Amino acid sequence: MDNMKLSCTAAAKIDEICEEHGNDAGELINILHETQKTFGYLPHEVQVLVAKKLGIPVNRVNGVVSFYTFFTEKPKGKHIVSVCLGTACYVRGAEKVLDEAKKVLGIEVGQTTPDGIFSLDSLRCVGACGLAPVVLVDGKVFGNVEPKNVSRILESIDPTA
Amino acid sequence: MKIASLQDLEKIRVEALSSLKLREESLRESGGETCGLAKGTEHIQILTCGGTGCKVSDSPKIAENLQKCLEEFGITDKVEVITTGCIGFCEKGPIVKIIPDNTFYTKVKPEDATEIVKEHILGGRRVERLLYVDPQTRETVSDSKNMNFYRKQVRIALRNCGLIDYESIREYIARDGYTALADCLLHKTPEEVIDIVKRSGLRGRGGAGFPTGNKWEFARKSQSDIKYVVCNADEGDPGAFMDCSLMEGDPNSIVEGMTICGYAIGAKHGLIYVRAEYPLAIHRLQIAIKQAHELGLLGKDILGTSFEFDITIRYGAGAFVCGEETALIQSMEGKRGEPTLKPPFPAVQGYKKYPTNVNNVETWANIPIIFQKGPEWFASFGTEKSKGTKVFTLAGKINNVGLIEVPMGTTLREVIYEIGGGIKGGKAFKAVQTGGPSGGCLTKKHLDIPVDYESLTAAGSMMGSGGMIVMDEDNCMVQVARFYLGYMVHESCGKCVPCRIGNKRMLEILDKIVDGKGTLEDLDQLENLATVIKDTALCGLGQTSPNPVLSTLANFRDEYIEHVVDKKCRAKQCMSMLSYTINPENCIGCHLCVKNCPVDAISGEVKKPHVIDQSKCIKCGICVSNCRLHAISLK
Amino acid sequence: MEQNKINLTIDNRPISVNKGTTLLDAAKTHGIEIPTLCHINLEGTCVDNHPTSCRMCVVEVAGRRNLAPACATICTEGMEVHTNSIRVLKARRTVLELILSNHPSDCLICPKSGDCDLQELAQKLKIHETPFAGGERSKYEIENSVSIVRDMNKCILCRRCETMCNDVQTVGAIGAINRGFGTTIAPAFGLKLSDSECTYCGQCVAVCPVGALTERDNSGRLIDDLFDPNKIVIVQTAPAVRVAIGEEFGYPAGTIVTGKLVTALKQLGFDYVFDTDFAADLTIMEEGSELLDRLTRFLDGDKTVPLPILTSCCPAWVNFFEHQFPDMLDIPSTARSPQQMFGAIAKNYWAEKMGIPREKLVVVSIMPCLAKKYECGRDEFKVNGNPDVDYSLSTRELAAFIKQANINFEALEDSEFDAPLGASTGAAVIFGTTGGVMEAALRTAYEFYTGKTLEKVDFHAIRGFDGIRHATIDLNGFELKVGIAHGLGNARLMLEDIRDGKSEYHAIEIMACPGGCIGGGGQPLHHGNVEILNARQRAVYEGDKSMPLRKSHENPYIQKLYEEYLGKPLGEKSHMLLHTHYFSKSK
Ligand SMILES: Cc1cc2nc3c(=O)[nH]c(=O)nc-3n(C[C@H](O)[C@H](O)[C@H](O)COP(=O)(O)O)c2cc1C
Ligand code: SF4
Ligand code: SF4
Ligand code: SF4
Ligand code: SF4
Ligand code: SF4
Ligand code: SF4
Ligand code: SF4
Ligand code: SF4
Ligand code: FES
Ligand code: FES
Ligand code: FES
Repeated sequence: MDNMKLSCTAAAKIDEICEEHGNDAGELINILHETQKTFGYLPHEVQVLVAKKLGIPVNRVNGVVSFYTFFTEKPKGKHIVSVCLGTACYVRGAEKVLDEAKKVLGIEVGQTTPDGIFSLDSLRCVGACGLAPVVLVDGKVFGNVEPKNVSRILESIDPTA
Repeated sequence: MKIASLQDLEKIRVEALSSLKLREESLRESGGETCGLAKGTEHIQILTCGGTGCKVSDSPKIAENLQKCLEEFGITDKVEVITTGCIGFCEKGPIVKIIPDNTFYTKVKPEDATEIVKEHILGGRRVERLLYVDPQTRETVSDSKNMNFYRKQVRIALRNCGLIDYESIREYIARDGYTALADCLLHKTPEEVIDIVKRSGLRGRGGAGFPTGNKWEFARKSQSDIKYVVCNADEGDPGAFMDCSLMEGDPNSIVEGMTICGYAIGAKHGLIYVRAEYPLAIHRLQIAIKQAHELGLLGKDILGTSFEFDITIRYGAGAFVCGEETALIQSMEGKRGEPTLKPPFPAVQGYKKYPTNVNNVETWANIPIIFQKGPEWFASFGTEKSKGTKVFTLAGKINNVGLIEVPMGTTLREVIYEIGGGIKGGKAFKAVQTGGPSGGCLTKKHLDIPVDYESLTAAGSMMGSGGMIVMDEDNCMVQVARFYLGYMVHESCGKCVPCRIGNKRMLEILDKIVDGKGTLEDLDQLENLATVIKDTALCGLGQTSPNPVLSTLANFRDEYIEHVVDKKCRAKQCMSMLSYTINPENCIGCHLCVKNCPVDAISGEVKKPHVIDQSKCIKCGICVSNCRLHAISLK
Repeated sequence: MEQNKINLTIDNRPISVNKGTTLLDAAKTHGIEIPTLCHINLEGTCVDNHPTSCRMCVVEVAGRRNLAPACATICTEGMEVHTNSIRVLKARRTVLELILSNHPSDCLICPKSGDCDLQELAQKLKIHETPFAGGERSKYEIENSVSIVRDMNKCILCRRCETMCNDVQTVGAIGAINRGFGTTIAPAFGLKLSDSECTYCGQCVAVCPVGALTERDNSGRLIDDLFDPNKIVIVQTAPAVRVAIGEEFGYPAGTIVTGKLVTALKQLGFDYVFDTDFAADLTIMEEGSELLDRLTRFLDGDKTVPLPILTSCCPAWVNFFEHQFPDMLDIPSTARSPQQMFGAIAKNYWAEKMGIPREKLVVVSIMPCLAKKYECGRDEFKVNGNPDVDYSLSTRELAAFIKQANINFEALEDSEFDAPLGASTGAAVIFGTTGGVMEAALRTAYEFYTGKTLEKVDFHAIRGFDGIRHATIDLNGFELKVGIAHGLGNARLMLEDIRDGKSEYHAIEIMACPGGCIGGGGQPLHHGNVEILNARQRAVYEGDKSMPLRKSHENPYIQKLYEEYLGKPLGEKSHMLLHTHYFSKSK
């Protein structure tokens, strides 16, 4: 189990979120969205509490959390670098951009650098295909990225911010 | 204020029309004289694009700067800045349009705001450097109506997108919004409503092209007190953003479309299942729903009738398969998005086991206008079996990336060469992919087929939801097939054997081929697996997942054979088949590359041509960028 | 044309079936066996799993674009179905090859070998090559829990266990996690069963078509003990074993083979062969008395007495309420299960009588049940770390052990259980089926309460397979209301009613397994054939009928036990040895 012990306020927050959704297990995904927004990720304890509150087996909560890529059971880095792997970006060389990002950060997709600063993700079309290939850092879009620009983009991010 | 009658609606329409008239007129008339306060124009509107593409290129900052500038000059009473949804020509974004002369500025930067205001708005002179230059004629084109990109388009679903303020239900009403709903509620029986949808010939825009009217009829016939109307806004096709743009640019039309359906099938509840990755779309839908409530266009006693309808939003969470309607229903019920067997179809047993009608965003957007202009009008566009228009996101190696809408039956050639402006960088066209990961790659020989459901399917691809990706000679078709299949393996829900294991095995074979270890038997195995997976998979995802492989195998077999027999990749994408070599003619033996090679793969005497030891080279490419004489190349 | 009849052709043969019939069942009526893996439907119980996920059963339906899963496709008028076209054969074969490509080739050392649906299919389809071998394989750690072994490398994701655990048992200990190729069935977070709310009911094991879920095998331990000259090894066999074990030796389901079973156990080298039925009679004495005690106190006006009383002889059910209803721990009877009553009596009364020191005595149980393996290890049932029952083997394990010992079961003579712990009544026999414990209890409670002799001992109203059954029994004018639930999902309904104050019952029998112990997780596998369960149930009632004594309190050895040792039901000694208490396991 995770070592993170949940504070009472955290537990109260989960109660509140579930309450807002009428403690309805049918709203599980919306509830998890909000819970993840609150905690940054969905540690085991949080899933256990959500299950309890909704009166469903924790296995069902975990089955859902582990099914959808949007949910994460591990904390993310301070800055999230996402490379668009939508088709438009792909045909314009996004895979090579991603490879470069992996190399520069020294991590695989879905991982976080040991110092906890960067997480690397891939995502599907963000609607900016005209700028393909695109890289997002914390939601800010960098367009027409070539592999050789990747380190410059990353250097432009203030790791402490 | 609640709208309780036709008169109320008409009142709002007329009020709002004054602001919109300018834009509506500019749609029709060709922008002659440049407008400008100096020239006596009394009312000017500046449209800035708030679509995702432009937004990420700082369009909000442009709008902000424009507004500031107007304030500085004290002309906010005469000039308005209006942010719209995607104007379409994303490649040239951010776009700024000046109404009434319809000047179309491209690639605008926030710092251009002052110049636009000073020159154009005040002075009545166009900012030439921001105008679009036709790549063929090299001439500037200021009015979008005269651009090839727009000329062949017919904007029905996108009628309001890029024209109105997406946050204003009043502007929507000014464009005859909600008259369709009023007409249905006040003058038509549900059966008549369904009949009109049927007569329009509208088919589902989510991919499969099922006739929408028939679908509604099934849902209407299912006996139940509780029924649901669902908008499928999961937009799974990676590399497509039609639905996103529609929701961002014209959310009200979706709300109206769903409400009409609610009346037709006898449902009180609507649900929009939207990708969580579309926060902007969600936000704008929320505004549209709220405003509709305020005006009494949602909720109880709509338009003074006893009809009640409500819409809530459910979020996806990153699973392509949840676009499949049964998986979508599971997901909306808070479960893993695993598809279930059909029948029972959602129309009989859907959300919470109640009859549910699921339609795609674009399908919904088409509904109101069918009632405004009549089913015959709608059916006058398109082909015999595919009526109306289709929205595509045209992307990839094409000059004019953007959001387009064309009548069904337009040929691929027209789309790619006329609207799309041909291939980027003067490269050779190789393939066009439609239908997303479920579709197929078509080639030169298919360029003249009309874009409609049947023709695309017959050619081995499919309409899909509207992604259209163009590829050039630099794209390796084996890799493209592998890309799509990799996506499907990642997105497979894992429920059924053929998709869970079969696609994985196919991907492994493609990996092998890309790694230069493929054999001719592998190609047979691919075909065998593809056939069985299509034939046996549980849901549409698995049933279509082999399509990119099958279509590339059919249309680009020679490329596959080159990969497995000659170990060559003509697009120079498969690294396993390429090596870095030094051209002795160009090499002066400067030794620079030797110093930089991380694995000491390069050797040679100073001032004599060097060589790369292929057994050591890890293909990192560092040496290439180091050689000032360009003696090293990848072959 | 008959109404509600559907006419179609299967493999060119005209077939007429009832509306709503699946292609699979329609084909079966004409002897066409379409292979299946994921589908299971125990009609009459609530067990129905048709995720249509394995795609083994696909058939060709004329006019349909793709192949249809026969297990869930409903026959329609005029359908033209082919179950053996080249297209079907090829698809079926490829699908199986795909399954095998993500499956270890462990048949030689797999506990399921010889009884495995996948192995049988691979043989039937003569798969001798694995064209996709070499591809990536799932890799999971094997879990060896006290009752169940989980080897998810062998899982084919038929989802039967998930249906069992979630829909039928409503425990929700296991289910699918992750997605795509990485999907697996596991407790939350991929932890172990022991970290979950698993009750060890073993129903997941009972339906797993492959070797992914199997019992924790104790026969190795048994061999060591049997060969240890310093140990006295005695065995008890549960009521439901004798009506099922014959199936492992080729007897039709429902054959009672008690005599042969006893002989086999003797031949295996057990020092004494006893019967859990003895303890079942004892259970009735205690549980029945407890019911009457609570009832009398209640009728005397004490409204704090918890009613209804719930039976407690099923350890999976005990686990269930300890996990899920920790607020209601005072409602079930405190009586131990027959297995544990037997152990307590054997290691105290009998061992003292025989002069065998506790450490030397090994008590083994043969059970239809996997939860009993867990139950043996519960701390309440240990004295200085030494358990009352050392360990438990399932019906299947015993059958395998008998075969291993070269015993020709069919040729065995009948023999009798040893005395005194081998004597029992018909009331104990019916413990093996749902409703049996209640019926047995009624026979005794009636006579205790009314002081009259019960003439008609058969309570037909509470027999059968319905998930929840009930009856009202006239006890001298007092209307005793009893309920029966089998399957933990039904048990949950009962408990929720009690919690909400809606329950009208005075006593409820609950068994975790659908059908009760005849359908236990350690029984010979029914492979989805519900007829097998029916036959076992019939056998149980036949067994009861054939017994000279049909009421627990008439068992002379039980009477003697009370006289010599225990005193009276619910007495001090009984309390110490035959009753227990429950703990909240809610996390
Ligand atoms: C794998 C898969 C993904 C799909 N994704 C979408 C999607 O993202 N959006 C959508 O509208 N329909 C999608 N569909 C189609 C839907 O199942 C459904 O047919 C559609 O929403 C019906 O609406 P329509 O009749 O208006 O097209 C998908 C289907 C499959 C099999
Ligand atoms: S085809 Fe793929 S996505 Fe569809 S049910 Fe099967 S495994 Fe899931
Ligand atoms: S590609 Fe890299 S490894 Fe190969 S020769 Fe050049 S520098 Fe060395
Ligand atoms: S850097 Fe270029 S020119 Fe210099 S030695 Fe290497 S290949 Fe030759
Ligand atoms: S599960 Fe079945 S097929 Fe697999 S190894 Fe065991 S016996 Fe063989
Ligand atoms: S069948 Fe063949 S391979 Fe299998 S155990 Fe017997 S001899 Fe060995
Ligand atoms: S033993 Fe019973 S409770 Fe445990 S996982 Fe299996 S079905 Fe669920
Ligand atoms: S463990 Fe067994 S029953 Fe459960 S899904 Fe896997 S194969 Fe099926
Ligand atoms: S019903 Fe019987 S076999 Fe099943 S868990 Fe309970 S005691 Fe064991
Ligand atoms: S595919 Fe990357 S932004 Fe559209
Ligand atoms: S987003 Fe601005 S034109 Fe498409
Ligand atoms: S038995 Fe029909 S799909 Fe598995």
